Amino acid sequence: MAATTPAADTAQKQAITLKVNRKTYKLDVEPRETLLDVLRERLDLTGSKKGCDHGQCGACTVHVDGRTANACLLLAVMQQGREITTIEGIAPGGKTNGQERLHPLQAAFIKHDGLQCGYCTPGQIMSGVAVLRDGHADSPAEIREWMSGNICRCGAYAGIVAAIESVKKGDTIG
Amino acid sequence: MWVASRELATRWCVANSRQALSLVLDKISTLVWCLIQPMTFKNMAKKLLGDPINRVDGALKATGRARYSADIKRPGMLHGVLVMSTIANGKITAIDTADALKVPGVVNVMSHQNAPKLAGMDKNKPSEIATDRVLHVFQDDLVHYNNQPIAMVLAETLEQATEGASLVRVTYQTQPVKLPLPAGKADMSTPKQMPRVDDQVDTKRGDLAAGLAAAINRMEETYTTPTMNHNALEPHALLAYWEGDKLTMYNATQGISGCQKRVAEIFGMPKENVRVITQFLGGGFGSKGTTFSHVMLAPMAAKLTGKPVRLVLKREQMFGMVGNRSATVQRLNLATGKDGKLLATAHHSITQTSDFDEFAEPAGTITRMLYACPNLDTTHKFIRANIGTPAPMRAPGEAPGVFALESAIDEMAAQLRMDPLAFRLANYAETDPNKDKPFSSKSLRECYRQGAERFGWSKRPAQPRSLKNGNYLRGMGMATTVYPMNRGESTALVRLKPDGTVQVETATQDLGTGTFTIMTQIAAEVFGLSPDQVTLSAGDSIYPTSSVSGGSRNTASTGSAVTQAAQEVLKKARQMALKDPKSPLFNVAEAEIVVQKGGQLQQKSNPKVGEALTSLLKRNGNKPLEATVQSKQGDEKGKYSMNAFGAVFAEVEVDELLGEVRVTRLLGSFAAGRIVNLKTARSQVLGGMVWAVSMALHEKTVFDPRNNRVMNANLAEYHVPVNADIQEIDGFFIEEADDIVNPAGVKGIGEIGVVGTVSAIANAIYHATGRRFRDLPITVDKVLA
Ligand code: FES
Ligand code: FES
Repeated sequence: MAATTPAADTAQKQAITLKVNRKTYKLDVEPRETLLDVLRERLDLTGSKKGCDHGQCGACTVHVDGRTANACLLLAVMQQGREITTIEGIAPGGKTNGQERLHPLQAAFIKHDGLQCGYCTPGQIMSGVAVLRDGHADSPAEIREWMSGNICRCGAYAGIVAAIESVKKGDTIG
Repeated sequence: MWVASRELATRWCVANSRQALSLVLDKISTLVWCLIQPMTFKNMAKKLLGDPINRVDGALKATGRARYSADIKRPGMLHGVLVMSTIANGKITAIDTADALKVPGVVNVMSHQNAPKLAGMDKNKPSEIATDRVLHVFQDDLVHYNNQPIAMVLAETLEQATEGASLVRVTYQTQPVKLPLPAGKADMSTPKQMPRVDDQVDTKRGDLAAGLAAAINRMEETYTTPTMNHNALEPHALLAYWEGDKLTMYNATQGISGCQKRVAEIFGMPKENVRVITQFLGGGFGSKGTTFSHVMLAPMAAKLTGKPVRLVLKREQMFGMVGNRSATVQRLNLATGKDGKLLATAHHSITQTSDFDEFAEPAGTITRMLYACPNLDTTHKFIRANIGTPAPMRAPGEAPGVFALESAIDEMAAQLRMDPLAFRLANYAETDPNKDKPFSSKSLRECYRQGAERFGWSKRPAQPRSLKNGNYLRGMGMATTVYPMNRGESTALVRLKPDGTVQVETATQDLGTGTFTIMTQIAAEVFGLSPDQVTLSAGDSIYPTSSVSGGSRNTASTGSAVTQAAQEVLKKARQMALKDPKSPLFNVAEAEIVVQKGGQLQQKSNPKVGEALTSLLKRNGNKPLEATVQSKQGDEKGKYSMNAFGAVFAEVEVDELLGEVRVTRLLGSFAAGRIVNLKTARSQVLGGMVWAVSMALHEKTVFDPRNNRVMNANLAEYHVPVNADIQEIDGFFIEEADDIVNPAGVKGIGEIGVVGTVSAIANAIYHATGRRFRDLPITVDKVLA
């Protein structure tokens, strides 16, 4: 906010390499660009959403080296050499019987209506995948606790918990 | 009903649409919806509880491919970042943009000094329509509230614009600040009108003084609710660009058609020159139903710079310029006779509006009609404060008003030592006591009965403080919930193609309610088809004008238009069959021809006679049949009172040492006419109930009393429930047939989940602790006090 900060310091671009969804991207970014803005504005990966830009809502949740992170709180220049996964990178891809192949948790969100407006959904699913993988989905209470970094203003919490529970129980039909 | 052939006036738009879309970086056309999941159709009569099919846009949302307004790009696009006022009342004396303009990439700073003048500025005044607000679009140097937009920095990247905005220096001449409620009660006035213009501002029935005098039991209490902000998770966002005098906007709006009209009006140009597109909408809850200032500012900046402009509000900018729920101070009087019947009710509400515009939160309207009571007074007053203008926020008026009413009802039941449910049944309104009209349908008794049974209400001990779970006191509470049926005007086109598929076109939007999904179900049902045979084209003002998604009205409005247009097409098909000598239905009376599943026309009295719609169309020129219907309310509103009703039951646990309140169980039963899709409908009512937990326990906008600056303008300090705040929660629907209410037979479910649930929770806290909390939200400090 200081009026005297010369723009050049923060705006000096640096060449970096980012690994996102198993693809390598070479790009020039300013040190002040967040990972979220680089994903959305530079790589056109707009699945990660911006709800607050302050690490308070979880809409921007991605995985960095297998751990959940709020992309709005990370600077892109600091993510070199890390494996970044976004909502666009978790489905196996391709089709089965003409139907798009989804990650089991994506399918479960649709089946259990764990979404309404869908704006929090990419972040919820990224957190949900981590909660399942890290073994924090043993009871509805545990799921609720570990999913509490993602706000859903539409109030789809019951469906979100049901979706995660169903994947935990091995119901992958979607 | 108005039927026209398909002549879209906006032909340039149609021609343009392909071009515009191809420029959007997204390759998939998200404007057309096809059902992924096939469904079989079982029952041909209109189903009262419709199939729980998955959302048509579920996969796009779950994979991150759904493009919301902030996700759309255009070559050469500039990013706009707003500069906001830091005083609440006064005048801008200088804006210094020199440092901002030095930032590399910053191309312009728009303020009242250089903003384009608007030809329709005379329309920028308090309006009859609640969604047309007075806007702050840089036409003068006045500041009316803190956090008002006063300038906009335009740059090639978001970072540059953000930096530029931090460097704009503004000097002001300040005036004394008018405070919001509860402080600023000095200057009350009576609003000219309520947001629903046919609601009276004040009402009187019978003789209140006589009712009070004749009563045995009386209560009088004041209930207060704070200012709240909608905080949809998607910040308000738009991309605007001009091609000559034609404006296109990808805008996060709950009302595509209303936005198109309002923007055209203020620019002073024909509506046909404005195209509004909302492919996906990340919630709105009322704050995107109104065309607020930013919706004008982005196209103004695009005009000023000659480039496409994207403007996305920062979260902190959503506390002021995009509406709020008014704080309320409500005084309730109830008086009963010896049989527990209400003899007198008074509900006096004070709410707040801005210094420059009028919005009166209609807190007392439900009190007029919810219970039978011969003597009743209701009044509404408001104060003016230096704040952004309030707006409808999910159950505007009903949510705070019914919190007060249903808390008071519970207090009276306790005073009478009557079971709260029995007290409500003793005062059941068989007809609408306010309008003195019959209800088109009312299944509230059934909601009470089934809800109480499933919840286990009979296990509730009469005495408060008699249930315990470890350190927690446990309590059970209930309340009546209600929401009026609102219906606007909507137009839909339905086209039956010779291959047996159906195309529906209407400019509606889906803010997460499931509109896109249920429109395909509504059309499919009329033809006996499955929803995957229906394609919906929507989310764009090139399609026929449709209603706002607000006040739980869109299914009643647009759903009725789709129903009527589909019925019109079916009528054409029947007539085609009976006039076609080659049809097995030749010369059969029109009323005798019915449609059966699979799109089969049949003779009612002889089901063996008939043919498929596809063969009929193929033989008759192989051309589609279509109809466009403009649908609006008839005279039913003059004859009936039309409302959805429900009952909500809550269980809470309160730790008195820590002041912690937990809502452990919530159950709602709802009767809202026909339910088109049980899955999306359940999500709607559960979402409403989560909103009620929020209102009862969490939400409050806090103003700094020195300058009306919001002190918690972020999602960490403006509390809303997270997953762990919601435990067992369920909602179900009572079958309710209502042929009067509208052609779709629906009543709306977006808001009824909130209304009564707030007080059900407060009543449960009373039952747990024996203490009444009449000031929302019921936070730790109040429980400990
Ligand atoms: S946008 Fe990152 S946490 Fe909200
Ligand atoms: S689905 Fe709308 S915020 Fe979660």
